[in-house]
Amino acid sequence: MFLQQLVNGITIGSTYALVAIGYSLIFGVLQLINFSNGSVYMLGGYLTLLVYLALKGNFLIAFFISLLITGLVGFLVDFFGLRLLRKKNAPRMAGLISTLGIGTIIDNSIQIWFGTETKSFPNFFDYGKITIGNTIISWTQIIILITSFLLMTIFSLLVYKTKMGKSMRAVAQNMAAAKLMGIDVKKVVSYTFIISAFLACIAGTLVGSYYQTIDTTMGFSVGMKTFAAAVLGGVGSLPGAMIGGLIVGIAETLGASYLSSGYRDAIAFIILIMVLLIKPSGIFGKQKIEKM
Amino acid sequence: MKKNLDILLERIALQQNKIVTVLIVMAIAYPYIITNQYLMRLSILALMYVMLSLGLNLVTGYMGQMSFGNAAFWGIGAYVAAIMTKNMSLGSGIAFLGAMLVTGIFGFLLGLPVLKLKGYYLTIVTMGFCEIMRLVELNWMEVTNGPLGISAIPKFNIFGIKLLSYKSYYYIILILVIATTVIVRRIVNSRVGLAIKSIRDDDVAAESMGVNIVKYKILTFTISSMIAGVAGAFYAQYISYIDPSSFTYNASQEMLVIIIFGGLGSRDGGHGKWQINY
Repeated sequence: MFLQQLVNGITIGSTYALVAIGYSLIFGVLQLINFSNGSVYMLGGYLTLLVYLALKGNFLIAFFISLLITGLVGFLVDFFGLRLLRKKNAPRMAGLISTLGIGTIIDNSIQIWFGTETKSFPNFFDYGKITIGNTIISWTQIIILITSFLLMTIFSLLVYKTKMGKSMRAVAQNMAAAKLMGIDVKKVVSYTFIISAFLACIAGTLVGSYYQTIDTTMGFSVGMKTFAAAVLGGVGSLPGAMIGGLIVGIAETLGASYLSSGYRDAIAFIILIMVLLIKPSGIFGKQKIEKM
Repeated sequence: MKKNLDILLERIALQQNKIVTVLIVMAIAYPYIITNQYLMRLSILALMYVMLSLGLNLVTGYMGQMSFGNAAFWGIGAYVAAIMTKNMSLGSGIAFLGAMLVTGIFGFLLGLPVLKLKGYYLTIVTMGFCEIMRLVELNWMEVTNGPLGISAIPKFNIFGIKLLSYKSYYYIILILVIATTVIVRRIVNSRVGLAIKSIRDDDVAAESMGVNIVKYKILTFTISSMIAGVAGAFYAQYISYIDPSSFTYNASQEMLVIIIFGGLGSRDGGHGKWQINY
């Protein structure tokens, strides 16, 4: 029982980790919480389903098309919602409200086009299951785990080893100085948003396959939980976001099975509040020194 | 062009007292001029939103902390009032007081740890609080009746006099709004208000000048949540049906949009809701 819940928790936690990486990257670069990320996650799941149904069942192509469209949406979020605000040096709160608004627009458009009812989602990775002792692990779970950890490795390499990643980290440290060194800040920010949308879309599709349902409200709670995960690990730190996602996933699953399933969504927030009160910088975060 | 506008605004500002008087008279005469029930209903809800935004404006506009928790306090107020009037058959006056006290206590308790945080973290924690409260309202069947909500909440009953017409609801919320406006105005123009605004502008400087930041933050937060609680008590007795889905973070988001629309940190900003609702 415990092992089973642990496996379930790690599976769902690894998808949270994917979305949390997106939050962390954007927070690192812009010092901004991207509230539209949860909606992009939901959009990714819906687009995969839509294209899949339209193409009459070629999962890989459907998935890639959905990935491209979500990436474009991620780019547009920045282009329409934030670029002008940055140009005008608007207060940070304005950017936050802007992403909230864009998230609501995405949510409502999906609700208008597809209706608010829960849609059934085909399981793309249904290859049976493995039983170890009393613990049942389905291939869906294994594929989710492999994909997530593969992507985490790829994006860690991207951020820490490539030139693009270097310029991202430079912008995160000091935007003005990065600009002076000849880094195209606009491009870096756009890339960050596209990457974060990619990750959200992949996570949305994986979770859709896992639960075999998607609905229009799934974005909000996942958005909040993954933000909790990012804060838990320390905002702006990639390994932190991964570990945070896993911890939130495991705690939530164990809490739902041993305490009360009704309060499942509350557990992430309770963890979040406790972390913020005890160590606001998170597990891997660096303590910031405030300068006058 | 711009200069002319400035002069015009200056003239208006000089006549502020007269304008306020005219507006209040208009507001009092309003139900006698407009007899359309739909418009009446809208205006009552609009006034309630004015009250909610006035409360949020204290924290967000004047103190510069973006809180998403006010919808939760609104909900707590509504539930407290509903339980007091329906299950304990108490009068409206006591229900309003009870809702105010309970939400005040919640605001104080949430404020104690949370207000040490700054900026985004405060936003996120209050948002989380909203979600937790919604789940509690959803799952605590014995008290809140879960997702079914509480229905058939008695209408207003002030000192044994039952009020049943739209006009009376309108006047109740009008009195509440005017009282809130006066209270907020007095707070903002007092020493406390100066302290709050100094925290918004630069908290480190404020602290070094001897402003007790924690005390004022918690005070403001508590007052703001009390205002939301009273609005909630009104809502419960006016609609006479409440359920957890009304008090989600979406409501907080709406309040935030209202106060940004009306102008952060301006007393009359909340009144912008009138236009949005029409």
